[in-house]
Amino acid sequence: MADTLLDIRNLAVQYQTDDATIYAVNNINLAIRQGETIGIVGETGAGKTTIAKSIMRILPNPQGKIVSGEIRFKDQNLLDLPEKEMQKVRGNQIAMIFQDPMTALNPIETVGYQIAEAIRRHNKITQAEADRRACDMLETVGIPMDRFGEYPHQFSGGMKQRVVIAMALACNPELLLADEPTTALDVTIQAQVLDMMRSLKEKFKTSVMLITHDLGVVAEFCETVAVTYSGEIVERGTVEHIFDNPQHPYTLGLFGSLPKLDTKDRRLKPIKGMMPDPTNLPIGCRFRDRCPDAIEACAAAPPDVETEPGHIVKCVRAKEKGGAAV
Amino acid sequence: MENRRKKQSRLRDIWRQLKKSKLSVVALIVLCLIILVAILAPVLAPYHYAQQNAKLKNAPPSAQHLLGNDRLGRDILSRLIWGSRQSLQMGVLAVAIAAVVGILIGSVAGYYGGWVDNLSMRLLDIYQAIPMFLLSVSLAAIMGPSLKNAIIALGVGTVPGYARIMRASVLTVREKEYVEASRAINASNARIIFKHIVPNAIGPLIVQITMGVGSCILAGSALSYIGLGAQPPIPEWGAMIADARGVMRQYPTHALYPGICVMISVLACNLLGDGLRDALDPRLKN
Amino acid sequence: MLRYIIKRLLLLIPVLLGISLVVLILIDFTPGDPARMMLGAQASQEQVDALREELGLNDPLPVRYGRFLWGVVNGDFGTSLMTKRPVIDEMLERFPYTLTLVTIGTIFSVFLGIPIGIYAATRRHTWKDNAAIFFALIAVSMPSFWFALLLIRFFAVQLDWLPYAGVETWRGWVLPCGAMALGISALIARQVRSDMLEVLRQDYITTARAKGLSEQKVTYRHALKNAMIPVIMVIGGVFGSSLGGSLITEMIFSIPGLGQYIMTALNNRDYPVIQSGILIISTMFAIIILIVDVIFALVDPRIRSQYTKAKRKEGKQHGKQTEEAVEAA
Repeated sequence: MADTLLDIRNLAVQYQTDDATIYAVNNINLAIRQGETIGIVGETGAGKTTIAKSIMRILPNPQGKIVSGEIRFKDQNLLDLPEKEMQKVRGNQIAMIFQDPMTALNPIETVGYQIAEAIRRHNKITQAEADRRACDMLETVGIPMDRFGEYPHQFSGGMKQRVVIAMALACNPELLLADEPTTALDVTIQAQVLDMMRSLKEKFKTSVMLITHDLGVVAEFCETVAVTYSGEIVERGTVEHIFDNPQHPYTLGLFGSLPKLDTKDRRLKPIKGMMPDPTNLPIGCRFRDRCPDAIEACAAAPPDVETEPGHIVKCVRAKEKGGAAV
Repeated sequence: MENRRKKQSRLRDIWRQLKKSKLSVVALIVLCLIILVAILAPVLAPYHYAQQNAKLKNAPPSAQHLLGNDRLGRDILSRLIWGSRQSLQMGVLAVAIAAVVGILIGSVAGYYGGWVDNLSMRLLDIYQAIPMFLLSVSLAAIMGPSLKNAIIALGVGTVPGYARIMRASVLTVREKEYVEASRAINASNARIIFKHIVPNAIGPLIVQITMGVGSCILAGSALSYIGLGAQPPIPEWGAMIADARGVMRQYPTHALYPGICVMISVLACNLLGDGLRDALDPRLKN
Repeated sequence: MLRYIIKRLLLLIPVLLGISLVVLILIDFTPGDPARMMLGAQASQEQVDALREELGLNDPLPVRYGRFLWGVVNGDFGTSLMTKRPVIDEMLERFPYTLTLVTIGTIFSVFLGIPIGIYAATRRHTWKDNAAIFFALIAVSMPSFWFALLLIRFFAVQLDWLPYAGVETWRGWVLPCGAMALGISALIARQVRSDMLEVLRQDYITTARAKGLSEQKVTYRHALKNAMIPVIMVIGGVFGSSLGGSLITEMIFSIPGLGQYIMTALNNRDYPVIQSGILIISTMFAIIILIVDVIFALVDPRIRSQYTKAKRKEGKQHGKQTEEAVEAA
């Protein structure tokens, strides 16, 4: 596809600890088109953040290792780039927003400096010019620029996240990886930050990969969705596909565990059991033990099945229902 | 019962973590060996520490005297073996004094808070305003040179560190539910402190205590070196170095061996302390 | 900031009052009579009693304490019983020696310890890190006086490169400062390493990397600057306590510094020297700690804003207003 911005193929990432190997991401395929907003949904430990950090190549060193696959960004494989070249991509073409604004800012530098630093790194301009642009960025995210010289501890959580967003967007990146940008914030602030991100995304025409476990946020914010489970993408498609016609039992389970206002059901339906231990993954379908519809065929690795154009489900039973294997 | 089982599993947990670091295990073994040597000194030492042999003054190593003889013809190896007793005593007893007093002050200050806390912290301020080694030297000198006084001086000199760590630890434990619960059933303050607070707050102190033994052995050897510790003819490693100073030019090994003994003991304490810290807080390792 | 410093200096007064009282009480409990020490064993009891009366040793404790304080306020720190010279004069004469020793030793340690710490931290879990940190551990486990003797044996006796005692020339300072620096540099290296590792784990380091900064910039501008905050405290503490702890080094190398002076006084029960000496060293120690705290505040904006509380409240209010303004918009 010509307008594909980022194309992840067969990505596998492992973490090495003292006594075990954690299989965090296992052969993931994912593409992001120019201007698209994709939501990555899944519970804690499903490998969402690892995907984002792999794209940025900022996995914890030396524990985290990309063992296979490629990440093509505009026709170059990021994994082949030398570190020096990768530094030019980071923060410039691809930027990232982190989960916890409380700890994401350096406590002993002014917020202005931290934004201007990113700008100077990627543009040949004077310090004064960088400072001016950093001020503009602050205003853009709704912070008066006279707070340029203040330190992170003088800001509230929501304001800090605005600073982090300003920093990420400072060089007008083509792709923004937002790792649960609102999870650590109060509900009212969450809405504000999301609104702001939406308008900035439209203003800067940035593609966004939004990592979240909040289906509500996805419905509101994203065009396409990928559902992750145990280091795999189990279902992907447009928001309509996923919300109106979920196919994978895990996706169905996710919706079942949300409270609904329009039905009489008093009880939520939690998914039984736990995600498999990432150091000791089962062969075959990873959701099998928790799946209400599991059959014997699930003991083998499940195929990717296209149930409707652009809607892909990693489940052998979707094939039974008439989908075509991809 | 439940509490004890929890404590045991916690100990096992620490041990499991500690085992992963080979250096810590080696350090632990070395420490055990040193303790064993100190206990068995009369059996292990080939000669008595004060036994002089006029014919063997500064004699080189031989089959009878593996490390040779000192300037009075005493067997160096035997003196090193006997010396482990004094050095270990300094380390262990001084830390015991410091830790017990420190734990008492720290837990009372932390538990009661208010003016008790304020007063004890101000007193510690005064205490800590005097550099620790100067304080220990002054105390030891004023009380008069002897092993007992050196131990007391070292112990008294290092109290504030333990008290402060204990207080900080108690402050966090104090707010826990089980303390609330025992207060609710009207347990006495003393019972709450000794039954609930001290055992749960003591974790951070373990590392401090392990390393404290090392630093007290080190400071103790320094006190002995300037003549404020064990008195002759009782051997102590620091005093042996001082004793060998005069023959340093011709027989440097006389000062070398006791120094190595101090270094190995202190090193073992420090390694074990490092290992324990990592084991207690595995997060630090990654 | 100035107000903070003044406040800290005022808080120092009760601490120093406490120290002098404690020292006085300690000396009171000390066996051995200074008057007897001065006159020697042959002196008659009458002579000793007369001297005691003359020195005011028979007055009750509060009176002696008051007299001591009154003297200190008037700049009179007493007179040495042994040398009959004013304590403050002798202290001032000796202070430069101790200060030189400790300052050069500490500076040397800083320039040695910090790079080693960074080197180890940035190569964590490699053999280079392990080797560096193991040697540092050995160095902190070594008795410094023993190391000093080894230095003398090797450089002064064996090679005859440097004098083994006395500091008449600059060459005389090399060995004592080197002996002093060994343990301190190792201590600093260990502290730098563990603080660097702690900081390198922080989220804001990942943020800095995500901005595309070079590893150099991440290490030095973002990590080291944060890690230095606790390191400064350790350096200050070591520097301060070395002022009182340099006495063995001074004795070994025959440096006429404060430590030696106090050591002699302790042995002779020269109580005016002990009392004023400990007070003066503790005052310097406290001032150094204060300087460290001020540096601390200058480096760390979080602490700085605690000291300028009025301003901080303003800032907070400001923050709230902005938040409200944003909400309204």
